[in-house]
Amino acid sequence: MDTSMNAQPIEMGIGDNVSDADQYLTFLLNGEEYGVDILRVQEIKGWMATTQIPNTPEYIRGVMNLRGAIVPIIDLRLRFNMPAIEYTATTVVIVLKVECEAGERTIGFVVDAVSDVYNVSGDQFKAAPDFGSHVHTDFIRALATVDDKMVILLDIDRLVGGDDVLNASGAQH
Amino acid sequence: MSIDIAQFHQVFFEESFEGLEVMESSLLDLEIGQPDSEAINTIFRAAHSIKGGSGTFGFSAIGEFTHVLETLLDEMRNGTRDVTREAVDVLLLAVDSLREMLSAARDGADFDANAVAEVHAKLERQLAIGGSQGSPAATDAAATDAAAADAAEAAQPGGSGDWTVVFAPHPNLFATGNDPVRILRELRALGHSEIQADLSRLPEYAEFDPETSYARWTITLDGSVEECAIREVFEWVEDDADISLSRESRAAAPTSTASDSADSPATAVAAVPDAEERRAGEDRRSADRRAAGGNTAASSIRVDIGKVDSLINLVGELVITQSMLGQLDDPQTVDFEKLREGLAQLERNTRELQESVMRIRMLPISFSFNRFPRLVRDLSSKLGKEVELKIVGEQTELDKTVLEKIADPLVHLVRNALDHGIEKPDVRAEAGKPRCGTLTLAARHEGGNIVIEISDDGAGLDAEKLLAKARERGLVGADEVLSEERIHELIFHPGFSTAKELSDVSGRGVGMDVVKRNIKELGGVIELHSTFGAGSTIRIRLPLTLAILDGQLVRVGNQTYIVPLVSIVESLQVDPERVKSVVGAAELYRLRGEYIPIVRLYELFNIEPQSASLEDGLIVVVEGEGQRAGILIDELLGQQQVVIKSLETNYRKVDGISGATILGDGTVAMIMDAGGLIALNRTQPQGPIPSPKVKAA
Repeated sequence: MDTSMNAQPIEMGIGDNVSDADQYLTFLLNGEEYGVDILRVQEIKGWMATTQIPNTPEYIRGVMNLRGAIVPIIDLRLRFNMPAIEYTATTVVIVLKVECEAGERTIGFVVDAVSDVYNVSGDQFKAAPDFGSHVHTDFIRALATVDDKMVILLDIDRLVGGDDVLNASGAQH
Repeated sequence: MSIDIAQFHQVFFEESFEGLEVMESSLLDLEIGQPDSEAINTIFRAAHSIKGGSGTFGFSAIGEFTHVLETLLDEMRNGTRDVTREAVDVLLLAVDSLREMLSAARDGADFDANAVAEVHAKLERQLAIGGSQGSPAATDAAATDAAAADAAEAAQPGGSGDWTVVFAPHPNLFATGNDPVRILRELRALGHSEIQADLSRLPEYAEFDPETSYARWTITLDGSVEECAIREVFEWVEDDADISLSRESRAAAPTSTASDSADSPATAVAAVPDAEERRAGEDRRSADRRAAGGNTAASSIRVDIGKVDSLINLVGELVITQSMLGQLDDPQTVDFEKLREGLAQLERNTRELQESVMRIRMLPISFSFNRFPRLVRDLSSKLGKEVELKIVGEQTELDKTVLEKIADPLVHLVRNALDHGIEKPDVRAEAGKPRCGTLTLAARHEGGNIVIEISDDGAGLDAEKLLAKARERGLVGADEVLSEERIHELIFHPGFSTAKELSDVSGRGVGMDVVKRNIKELGGVIELHSTFGAGSTIRIRLPLTLAILDGQLVRVGNQTYIVPLVSIVESLQVDPERVKSVVGAAELYRLRGEYIPIVRLYELFNIEPQSASLEDGLIVVVEGEGQRAGILIDELLGQQQVVIKSLETNYRKVDGISGATILGDGTVAMIMDAGGLIALNRTQPQGPIPSPKVKAA
């Protein structure tokens, strides 16, 4: 259940310009580094077995009991059509609050590992280039360069809001 | 300092609707000609509360309307007016109008002003008729009062001299947070006034208590001020002060004080409201005493203080248990006996706490039953039948949500019983039954369920007629033989009505199947027992709460599912002889002459089964939405009560699944929806859902 989260340095030293910088929690996915707004993060849990939901695509791993709430778990690797890997000790579930049409939802995302917390200010943002039709960039808020690394900042609301499976209200048959 | 008064609106509406229910039930209990003065008082107090509240919150139309009603009631209370059947009918109509007006005010909608005006006119007419022994003064007073409320702008009839107001606060006025200075200031704002303070009761300085009010005031106020404006100023203190209001030109009429005017029936115009004021105190207190709860659409709930106290006690015990367990944490000296004892106590406390919390949502079924006396009265007179309504077990409690959802089906069943069940008095007499039919509404707890019975001693169901009708409609084959029970069940079939002619009460044949569906949706069952010629009983069995259900845990592959016990017909081992197939695919199981489809759950849900062979597994026969199916599972686990959690909070609706729950080991289990599964099985088979449109690289 314990994660590497606590071991990570939170870079907010004196002299850092934090006034207009947002903090992002980053995680690794197939060697790429993604970031989500840290204020959306509810908690980070180790991977544990889930209960399957019948007739759902593979990337929906099922549901988990989060202190009495039933929370769906999405494997982001599979969601992004990356090759699946065995879950390891560093595999974690980042539980995020997501705003969508139906209201606020709590959803867990399985990622390879938690990486870091960065302060990213607006001037570090670079718009994602147009990849053409084969890569959807709707849910990419921006690219940011931190310590010479590229971080892909996700717009989690769009990622969930644009997902037909998560939002279908009735039968799929 | 301004207070947002709108925040109290909901409480006002809830109290008012409760008040209306009280009025209605008391009105129904009133015996014509021999009114019980306590009952009239109760009705009066309820009306007065509504009037007071609507005045405070600015619902002037409701206030005016209630005022007339109140005047009528006041005369009945004083004995100056007979309680006639017509008067009660008009009062009941007025209650309906008030309910409509209040609902409109609550929803911010418009009410049907014409209908209200009509009832208003009827009330006025009643007032004008006057009681048989109504003294002219009382009629006069009522008329004047009504006029004042009706046309606020109209000048006071008779007398335009200055008002003399005697304001004598009770000693405890300050304790209620009222300040006489504020009141006097408001009075002065109304018009020219002279205020005289009477300090004769002021004690010696040594005995002076700064928190007691000693002074009294006599105020002379300009005659152009309206009476209601003056009364409004005193609205908040009417319980805590003696207020008397008189007019100079009417000096002939005695300037009565509140205390001595109340008992004399024929008093001058000013004295009537005084009596009201005196009673307003009782009124408030009785409102507090009234049972908790309210069945308006509002989502708040009023909880009996006793229930809250028991919760507090339980939490207290929980804290004690926790500290007791906390003392055992030294591994050197751990006392296992004590630890076990502590854990047992913890378990007991937790269970009790859970039960208590559940009880908060529970309301007595009287909230639903209370509407029936009125309904039965109106309907039976409309149908020309004599019916006595008996209500049993109205204190039985059930979940608020269930209570709200059961209301409409119950109304339908009661209407049915009155319309189709109980015969006309002459028919009854011919059959050797008492002319007056009996309709019984009963509720009781049975295990974890609530059982509601609606029984009548009417005609019962004519099985032959039912069968003939069913044959005629092609619901039953010509040579099919049905047991009596099965025939009775036909009335739950959609589009089946046995009424010879349609009435506006029932008989459109859309009723019973809807009732059955509603009950099913609540996780309940409905049964009908009927003896031709002797009456019918409809029994509804409902879970006490929608938050918890009795479930059968079943295992398929490595997944655990919960099947609601209420939808399970039976569970059985597969006899391969009885498995038949249709066009080589669809599997059927022959169960006592019936063929039911076999649902291979692992196929439907795309999970890995322990064994795909029918012989290794078990079949759970479930019934959902009127259809049966046998669900193939690997193993039956235990039965337990589970707390239902919605999947839709964070995910969405899933076909064949009604929700989820958390098992004792902390894992999540899906709760099956039998009806949904059967429907899903019809549209299947199909493979796993392909991944949706690719949105990422």
